[in-house]
Amino acid sequence: MGQFQWLPANSDRVLFPTPKKSGTPHRVVITGAGIITALGGGWKTNAAGFRAGSRAFRPVSLFDVSRQRAKIAAEIDLPEDLPATRLSANQLRRLNRATRMLLLAAHEAWRQSGWQPDEPLPVVLGTTSGEMSLGQEYLSQALCAPNDFKCQATRVAYYQVQRPALVLCDAFDFQGPLTIISNACASGANAIGHAFETLRHGRASRVLTGGYDALCQLTFAGFDSLQALAPTPCRPFDAQRNGLTLGEGAAMLTLETLAHAKKRNAEILGEIIGYGAANDTHHLTQPHPEGRAALAAMNAACADAGIAPEQVDYVNAHGTATPQNDATESAAINRWAGGRVSNLPVSSTKAGIGHLLGAAGAVEAVVCLMALRGQWLPPESSLATADPVCRFQLLRQPTDARVEVALSNSFGFGGANASLVFRRWS
Amino acid sequence: MSAVFIHGIGAVSPAGWGVPALRAALEKNLPLPVQLCERPGWEKKLPVRPVPPSPTRMEFLAHPRLRRAGIMSQHVMAAALEALGPDVASVQTGALRLGIIVCTMAGGVTYSRRFYAEVLQEPSTASPLFFAETVFNAPASHLAACLNSSSINYTLVGDDGSFLQALALAAGWLESGRADGCLVVGAEELDWIVADAARLFRRSTVYAAGAGAVYLKMHPGARTVLSAVTDSFPFTTSQNRTAAAGRMRSQLGHGTANEVLCDSETADSVRLDWPGRRLSPKTIVGESFAASSAWQCLIASDLVREGRAPGACVSVVGANQQAIGARFLNAENDQP
Repeated sequence: MGQFQWLPANSDRVLFPTPKKSGTPHRVVITGAGIITALGGGWKTNAAGFRAGSRAFRPVSLFDVSRQRAKIAAEIDLPEDLPATRLSANQLRRLNRATRMLLLAAHEAWRQSGWQPDEPLPVVLGTTSGEMSLGQEYLSQALCAPNDFKCQATRVAYYQVQRPALVLCDAFDFQGPLTIISNACASGANAIGHAFETLRHGRASRVLTGGYDALCQLTFAGFDSLQALAPTPCRPFDAQRNGLTLGEGAAMLTLETLAHAKKRNAEILGEIIGYGAANDTHHLTQPHPEGRAALAAMNAACADAGIAPEQVDYVNAHGTATPQNDATESAAINRWAGGRVSNLPVSSTKAGIGHLLGAAGAVEAVVCLMALRGQWLPPESSLATADPVCRFQLLRQPTDARVEVALSNSFGFGGANASLVFRRWS
Repeated sequence: MSAVFIHGIGAVSPAGWGVPALRAALEKNLPLPVQLCERPGWEKKLPVRPVPPSPTRMEFLAHPRLRRAGIMSQHVMAAALEALGPDVASVQTGALRLGIIVCTMAGGVTYSRRFYAEVLQEPSTASPLFFAETVFNAPASHLAACLNSSSINYTLVGDDGSFLQALALAAGWLESGRADGCLVVGAEELDWIVADAARLFRRSTVYAAGAGAVYLKMHPGARTVLSAVTDSFPFTTSQNRTAAAGRMRSQLGHGTANEVLCDSETADSVRLDWPGRRLSPKTIVGESFAASSAWQCLIASDLVREGRAPGACVSVVGANQQAIGARFLNAENDQP
């Protein structure tokens, strides 16, 4: 042993170096899923809503939008009470909107998984803004009442993205570590992808992962300033689409190695088999017109999964309904799918719940799981005239189908592109 | 033996542009001069340590992406280019797949403040140019664009400890073949709004700005290896800050008299025992969250590279999330 050997022999929980590989990568399965969107709380309600192509848009009530171009969003009616956790009354009193969504989704996933907090649990979350409504309050008071410091420290402490993650640990007695990825609208997909890789390479046996984001004025005004928001509910891939509609929500997944799940006889909801990520250097807020990075992400995810596009039965598109995104994503899907494109089922579930930013990739992962479990495809009931650039089969009506493999796309500002591939568990 | 080598480091700090300026400031072991920052509507001023102006105009500023980018992106670029050294050309031609991880706690606060101030005044005319730069991953995006890198690119948000988490993540990408090289950057920018917020938690805080970068590859040819990163121990109700620091310290080992500890100490923080020499960059440079831990790591790596210590440890007891440590060793000493 060298002079500088330093980690205790029983220290198998370090982040690096990684444990010796067993040879073949571990298979990674999903044993719990939790979701909350404007369609409602929980798997059952959301599955019914997505299957029917329900839409959940309404006038924004959370903040003043009277001077914005757009005035609608997909707001959640949050339940008054949270499920029982280990949080103190003091902690519960300080919870804000995004954290409550995160806790609700995590609680559902946790219960379904049957996990116990008896060993370290890595938590990987995606978000774009944490509890930004508190950040706004802090900024507003600092700018408008600079001599009033009341509650400012609490606002600073609780708006940061790591705080909801720490509250999550307290609520369920998790010990982390916590990793928070903020890759704009791909954050949720990147978080799941990172969790998948953590398990596949043997760095953990289970990971809690997902994404969350709540509506707030700063983000709403930001997308409105970019003229990216539609004044009417969004219509992804429609020839007459005129922008995105914001939503809010959270989705959480319990991932574990197949060996870990089998050892405890867990019910398996599905399997993650591929993750691809690529970066688009074209522009900070606009994708490359040919969708090169989107294509690269899809190709990488399929290569990772060891499948060809012909084996993908459904694509849950990023499909924001902005003119640029949908055109470039369509171009990318057309090229990626090749000869299979004309009968490839594609939809964007943002048509029903809006764009959930950092939560989008996680929510859409759960939608893919629902489709794989239920053997149906989620339609876009808002679609009137498909953009002719879409050579794939856009889903307009509720459809029962054989779905073995589903691919989910998530693309974000800054050029963050991520694709995940899921397989039905049978 | 670790196969992850430190092939470059870069820094932009209140000490100046480049690692030599930071190294010199730490060797002097005297706190850098403090400047006073105005806080609108308040009589008092906030003590801060900004990055001094660059002595020359940086060539990279000619890139269209950086025309309107926040100052944090400029610092990230400068630190990254210094760390990458001659490998910049290989990245730009696509010969080297570069994984990028940018870590920050506060992000682009200046544009966030300016954008929200405009929203409060008149939301219908708030500037879209500001908004785009408020997104946490804007600096990572600009960096990738300037380097023409389409490989994997993450922005980790969290307290100081996220930089060490990112080192472990980068090492994983290298080992799994996802990237040929990985650049890990920690950065924060200076604005009265964040200096004011930091002061709410510790009156003596002198907020600083800047960036630090560490460039990792699996190719031998560098003198320093990333030997280990401890687990991350979050601060929770059942594990307070002191307990988390203690668990991290127990993983960090006892240390030896000739090893250096680069710690995250400030005047009133958790102090860890250490038998050898100790460096506390925050007491010299100031508090800069993710940039601070980047500076700790790159200075630890630098001490080993320069042959001034056979090994150097980094301990980070972060602002509000986690305790985590790392160890850098001379490659010859990192034997199984």
